[in-house]
Amino acid sequence: MLSGIPLFPPAASTLAPEVDALYFFLLGVTAFFAILVVVLVLYFAIKYRDDTGLKVGAPITGSIPLEIGWSLVPFFVAMGIFVWATAVFFHIVRPPDQTLEVYSTGKRWMWRFQHVDGQREINQLHIPVGRPVKVTFTSEDVLHDLFIPAFRVKADAIPGRYSSIWFTATKTGEYHLFCAEYCGTRHSGMIGTVYVMEEKDYQAWLSGGGLTGSMSARGEQLFQQMACSTCHVNDGTGRGPSLLGVFGSTVKLSTGQAVKADETYVRESILTPQAKLVNGYQPIMPTFQGLVNEEGVLSLIEYVKSLGSGGTGGQQASAAPAPAAAAK
Amino acid sequence: MITTVAESPVNYLNHQTTLASWLLTKDHKRIGLMYMVVVTIAFIIGAVFAALIRTELATPAGDLVSSDMYNRLFTMHGVAMVFFVLIPAVPAILGNFVLPLMLGAKDVAFPRLNLLSWYVFVIGLCVTLFAMVYGGVDTGWTFYPPYSTDGSSSNVLAAGIGVFITGFSSILTGLNFMVTIHRMRAPGLTWFRLPLFVWAVYSTALVMVLGTPVIAITVAMVAAERALHLGFFDPKLGGDPVLFQHLFWFYSHPAVYIMILPPMGVISETIACFSRKNVFGYSFVAFSSLAIAIFGFLVWAHHLFVAGISPYSAMVFSFLTFAVAIPSAVKTFNWTATLYRGAIWWKAPMMWTFGFMGLFLIGGLTGLFVASLGLDVHLTDTYFVVAHFHYIMVGGAIMGFFAGLHFWWPKMTGRMYNDNLAKLSALLVFIGFNMTFFPQFILGYLGMPRRYHEYPPEFQVLNLASTAGAMVLGIGYLLPMIYLTYSFFKGEKASANPWLATGLEWTIQSPPLPQNFLVQPVVTEGAYEYSKREIKVA
Repeated sequence: MLSGIPLFPPAASTLAPEVDALYFFLLGVTAFFAILVVVLVLYFAIKYRDDTGLKVGAPITGSIPLEIGWSLVPFFVAMGIFVWATAVFFHIVRPPDQTLEVYSTGKRWMWRFQHVDGQREINQLHIPVGRPVKVTFTSEDVLHDLFIPAFRVKADAIPGRYSSIWFTATKTGEYHLFCAEYCGTRHSGMIGTVYVMEEKDYQAWLSGGGLTGSMSARGEQLFQQMACSTCHVNDGTGRGPSLLGVFGSTVKLSTGQAVKADETYVRESILTPQAKLVNGYQPIMPTFQGLVNEEGVLSLIEYVKSLGSGGTGGQQASAAPAPAAAAK
Repeated sequence: MITTVAESPVNYLNHQTTLASWLLTKDHKRIGLMYMVVVTIAFIIGAVFAALIRTELATPAGDLVSSDMYNRLFTMHGVAMVFFVLIPAVPAILGNFVLPLMLGAKDVAFPRLNLLSWYVFVIGLCVTLFAMVYGGVDTGWTFYPPYSTDGSSSNVLAAGIGVFITGFSSILTGLNFMVTIHRMRAPGLTWFRLPLFVWAVYSTALVMVLGTPVIAITVAMVAAERALHLGFFDPKLGGDPVLFQHLFWFYSHPAVYIMILPPMGVISETIACFSRKNVFGYSFVAFSSLAIAIFGFLVWAHHLFVAGISPYSAMVFSFLTFAVAIPSAVKTFNWTATLYRGAIWWKAPMMWTFGFMGLFLIGGLTGLFVASLGLDVHLTDTYFVVAHFHYIMVGGAIMGFFAGLHFWWPKMTGRMYNDNLAKLSALLVFIGFNMTFFPQFILGYLGMPRRYHEYPPEFQVLNLASTAGAMVLGIGYLLPMIYLTYSFFKGEKASANPWLATGLEWTIQSPPLPQNFLVQPVVTEGAYEYSKREIKVA
């Protein structure tokens, strides 16, 4: 591993070449300006050297055209970089519609991953090559950050909310996975390995585990255990809104505002139900803070997702707010 | 040529010699030297921590100190260096000493307040040192919650109180300097005849006065959450950890400009003096300081690009960050143009100045990498960022401080130092610095996260290079402590104006009289009229 000095990390995702192209362009631009200034400074320093200290320089005070020139040229170069870099950034933060979903929680000092089909792993992440993967994650304690250098992606794991990264791996192999946000004693031990596998190897790996059932099955179990199902009745007659087709739809709130029912919204509705109350319902749901852990919440979300997502089903629920909002 | 100054055997250093005469002094020059003593102590402490960090990182395994100790080392290195060295170095040491002299004033506007600032600073340092000894601090100098408010078992409270107290020293000094610049200028010293150092200090004072209260409040909120469980930042208490990051960086990004603007001012002085010319584009350099101070308040969220802020808000902050790069570029081009057709005198302060330009250039240009949204996702929280900010805050600010210290040393002490040793140490710092921090750019792109006690073995070669460079850098910083101490006691006597420089501070004897000026000076021309003055000599 120590043979030679590494200068460049492996590039193993579809995003990596985009980021690298930007990197090399910036290296070129900055090297040009650096060399320009260094050469000029050295040239002037040597050419106009006078060690008597008694000579004086030419009485030059400035030049407006030069000032304008060397303000505008860097400005336009900077704007070019800005536009390009922002375009790359939007690729990084906007996952494609169809992704393989993986969930993760960071806690001092380990990463736990859950696959939709039920496999769980710690500090290891197995994914197939060539398919877009989205990892949605949170933290159970302090800030962490999920960073996979070979894919050129990272995002902070923040307790109380969800972050995500997405990537399409392009090369099979093993890659570093780091925690990049300082989190205390064993921060540098909160590392792991991403295994990028051929599709068939991935399928074999998937079938090797998952004895505990899929995530949504676990979520459904929790849904029954915690008696969520007594109020959230699917036909919409319960004391709470039906959850059929809620995920991904726009929910009208008691305040008159509308909110998109995404992972963060579902999580908030479980842990602090009064924060965003669905229009037409009483604030009677108790908080489940402390009764269900982060992995349980993720399973519940996966279960809610399995009930159909925005527009695909569930519109029949009488209290489904999206059509009501549309009718208005 | 500047008129010869009648030398008085009495000066501000020897007119009173008791310890009380120092500790109760209201003389801005003595207060400047007292800051130098305290800042040097803080620098040595911070440097020892740095040496231990680099030694630990020579091998991938955590074999020198424990993880908890390592985390304390980099935290305390950051706290000591940022709050007790970089922020006060140029304004409080050099600013205190030369600002009233440059203005033709007897002292700052509020001399008593100035002394109070020093005491507040020392108390802040003492409380912080107490925190370092009793429990240490392991949150990183950034104090991010919920780790700082809930997770850490170290003495965050005492360190926070130390930083809180020190902030008031900064606010009071900033206020004092602003009033001084407005009210104490000599007759004829209009704004556009001011030395550019004064413009830089004015811009800095603005940031100190407007920004520091925010960090004070933020640190107080962390303390309240830690001690009283008031839920500001911890989601378990109903708070938002990202709110802290907004508040923290609202001060701490402008704080970078508190660190770099005054050294930029120093460079404008030295480059004019040792090129024996007007600074090219005086008003552009002056206004770029103000522009940096103002734009500096509008870019804080570029520290939060991966911290869950909206991509559109990230876009706006990225744009503003690119915009703030322009005034820095303008300054660099103007300094370069100042050299053109100058008469460049290769004295030690000029060598430190060249070093500043080289390191600031790399620091500034690599800022473009991290300002670029798509690249910052990969680079943030890695060694790339560590290298980038060290180039600005250490390469730039400390090189600039040394340029100023070597420039004004004869005025401060009345002694000369060994020019060759000073040049050698500038060279060692420049080489050592690049050896230490350039490999870290590569490590960062490879993906090595910062604040790692242990790291994968493939990063070792570059880390070793960095550690080796740190040794050279250490020698480069040690040398001035030796030859300047020697100079202070035994150095050759300095004349009133050894550099044949313009500026009111060079029209009086070295070291100056306690009251600075015997007669109120009157200013009739711009700050850098070298060509006009010297014609009489030649």
